[in-house]
Amino acid sequence: MCERKAPRDFIGPILLELAEHNPNIVLVDADFRVASKITSFQDRFPDRFIQVGIAEQNMMGIAAGLSTVGYIPVVSTIATFISRRACDQVTTSIALSGLNVKLLGLYAGLFVGKNGASHQSLEDIAIMRAIANMVVLQPADVVETKQMLEFAVKYHGPVYMRIGRDPVPQFVPDDYRFQLGKSITLRDGHDVALMTYGDLVEDTMMAADLLERKGIHSRVINMSSIKPIDEEAIVNAAEETGGIVTVDNHNIYGGLGSAVCEVVAEKRPVKVKRIGVKDVFGKSGTDEQMKKKFGITAKDIEQGALELISRQVLS
Amino acid sequence: MNDIRKLEDIANRVRINVVKMIAHSGIGHAGGASSIAEILSVLYFREMNIDPTNPKYEDRDRFILSKGHGCPALYAIFAEIGFIPESLMWTLHSIDSPLQMHPELGLCPGIEMSTGALGQGLSAGIGMALGARMRKKDFRVYVLIGDGESNEGQIWEAAMSAAKFKLDNLVVIMDKNEFSLSDRTQEVMPLEPMTDKWASFGWFVSEVDGHAVPELIQAFENARQRKGKPSIIIAHTMKGRGIPSVENKAESHSVSFTVDQTSETLYALGCSRDEVTRFIQKIEEKK
Repeated sequence: MCERKAPRDFIGPILLELAEHNPNIVLVDADFRVASKITSFQDRFPDRFIQVGIAEQNMMGIAAGLSTVGYIPVVSTIATFISRRACDQVTTSIALSGLNVKLLGLYAGLFVGKNGASHQSLEDIAIMRAIANMVVLQPADVVETKQMLEFAVKYHGPVYMRIGRDPVPQFVPDDYRFQLGKSITLRDGHDVALMTYGDLVEDTMMAADLLERKGIHSRVINMSSIKPIDEEAIVNAAEETGGIVTVDNHNIYGGLGSAVCEVVAEKRPVKVKRIGVKDVFGKSGTDEQMKKKFGITAKDIEQGALELISRQVLS
Repeated sequence: MNDIRKLEDIANRVRINVVKMIAHSGIGHAGGASSIAEILSVLYFREMNIDPTNPKYEDRDRFILSKGHGCPALYAIFAEIGFIPESLMWTLHSIDSPLQMHPELGLCPGIEMSTGALGQGLSAGIGMALGARMRKKDFRVYVLIGDGESNEGQIWEAAMSAAKFKLDNLVVIMDKNEFSLSDRTQEVMPLEPMTDKWASFGWFVSEVDGHAVPELIQAFENARQRKGKPSIIIAHTMKGRGIPSVENKAESHSVSFTVDQTSETLYALGCSRDEVTRFIQKIEEKK
């Protein structure tokens, strides 16, 4: 497997590169620039970097105002502070009028470097998905992060992009092109489908290896476009495999699992097993400790798939 | 002075149309709309640089009604300017109307920001004022907030940041009508000393009678002269101004006028018997 890279480490350099060609890109920060690693942007474009202090609600309004003057404000902070702290500002000041603001939710999910429950966004997908006009995305690796950011600044309207903190291998091909509402199948198979996004693509791929050893061929789909979601890929998986396992770095309520269930329930009913945080708050811990505690290891995903397939056989 | 009389007349027509629109719709925020009539009249017909033929004129001054529920007054001003046809006023609060109960950017010409969830408009105004400076544009940004609205923490986050950014192209007007939804602001959440609070946050503060056109004109001129800091004009106003049944009462916040209250108010605002009779007929027909 190739070198591991953390998507958040590349936000600054990617935005810097995009900003060289697009004078409308501005960054708005709430004292998180060191953690979000966007200081290089500030050094290069001090006039396009706005420091609002630890005040996320004000930050969202300022971004909304800047967008009305033709700027493309990119706001980055911890995912919880976008979806929870400033939820009403994101909704009323930005989304209601479809303003062109890009929201980068860093440290998304459980893996927040031991910061614990107050910093773990286990409900942000549910919240952001339920806000009309909002696009919800999470890249699986650095290549997809770059593609997605390029898309986000071209797309006119609010975009929420969840971004993982810790290093992951590259999963999408070098020539990958992100498309809104499209998933990417990372591995094909017809016995069971495994759907996920972000950091847990790696564990899901490992689960696919474990299943393969048992002679079970699984299809692994990277659902990086969480809203709008790739309904076609979900329906196809429902028709062509024995069931769908969803893997969420999020509460099982309202995450990808819920989104997939909505599609299959209406279009092609099939068994779904949701792997994710089971409606509890997070904890301080290493990534590995948390995966174990909250039941989202490769082994848990494998078990979920086996359970689904045996149910399929029995029914 | 003719000019002052003209602005007072506009404010009075705004108040009349606020009452008519709300009576026609059946319900609306009459109190907080009537308290800002003179402020809007002076802003749109004297202070601000706008193009009546083009609400999106690029270099226009921006106005944000952060206390969004006061928007019937803003819609009446837009009809007065010609941003919207007068007939649109009679669609106030109806489901497909651009004139929603809280203003929505993109729906109604002239609205610069969606507001209604209190406390948010000032931050957006700061974004616009920063944007003006970054674009090297001369346009100015005006944000009208309420005193009750200033219970919201975001107002003070915004107050801090506007001073940090030295936004002398930003003017806040506080409609200090002394009431919020349920009671006197002093009972709900004391805010005094208001002037000292804003001054201590680094703002240039002035206080005026918010119904006195000459005082408002002077305050805007003073704000224009101030360099290096944002300005706030604390406008002492009366909630429900000009509406005898609810004037200076918390009950003016959201009102469903009876026919008697409607005609009483319209007479008090100087409407002719003929005008009042025709309007009452119009709302009777709607029923």
